[in-house]
Amino acid sequence: MTVVLITLGAMIGAPLRYLTDRAVQTRHDSVFPWGTFTVNLAGCLLLGGISGAALSTPWMMLVGTGFCGALTTYSTFSYETVRLAEQRTYLYAALNIVTSLVAGLGATLLAYTAVHALTA
Amino acid sequence: MTGELTTSGRAERGEPVDSDIDLHEPAHRTELARSHGAILVVIALGGALGALARYGLARLWPTPPGGFPWATFLTNVLGCFLIGVLMVLVTELWSAHPLVRPFLGVGVLGGFTTFSTYANDIRALLTPGTIVTAFVYFGLTLLCALSATLIAVRFTRWAHAATRRPGRGRA
Repeated sequence: MTVVLITLGAMIGAPLRYLTDRAVQTRHDSVFPWGTFTVNLAGCLLLGGISGAALSTPWMMLVGTGFCGALTTYSTFSYETVRLAEQRTYLYAALNIVTSLVAGLGATLLAYTAVHALTA
Repeated sequence: MTGELTTSGRAERGEPVDSDIDLHEPAHRTELARSHGAILVVIALGGALGALARYGLARLWPTPPGGFPWATFLTNVLGCFLIGVLMVLVTELWSAHPLVRPFLGVGVLGGFTTFSTYANDIRALLTPGTIVTAFVYFGLTLLCALSATLIAVRFTRWAHAATRRPGRGRA
């Protein structure tokens, strides 16, 4: 059952990352990887929220491990940062690291704290 | 140094860094329109495989409460190494089938690695007793992930060049 839930969540999360990345990159003509930033931020917000709500294990598998796990990505974040550095746009590479981590951690903490307070 | 990025035109033109597609090239832009369904299907399948592999690793190597999340750490660093190898292969050295990059890069590796669990693990470790673990996990993942990608990219280019010049490969 767990395998089915993770599969379902990931089969929605991964294509949604692709579509979001394309939609965002089409609208922002910038070397900054806004698409990956957007999906990682959204996934952190959602996972922080459902952790704060302390959902049951099946929901955590479907939404947390499956959907949020497949929606967010560390490999593309890392690859895009390395590419920015190889293109000698070191400022963008550094900005990508700092903004992704600050926004991702901030969103997780904010969502967790807010939902935890509301459901406690 | 000059030849380092010449095989990848996108890099030279300073265009958006998008591992999936180059939206400035009309042929790439129409990729989704032409094979909309196929690309989304292979990404969904790859994403499921990647996520299940991540879950399997987490089951094999469970993190005790307050402990260092080794499974997620290993998942992210390994995925970052593999995307470096894959992207050099499919964008610089091979002309791979159009579905290879979406399946392996966007699907499998994107579904395997996770940014949300990484952030949520750090959040859970931000307690007085485990704050050091939180900071070590935070910094070590970032350092090892970026290093893994960089090493993979350089190594793959080097290995390709070395095999293309068998007589001088050891030089």
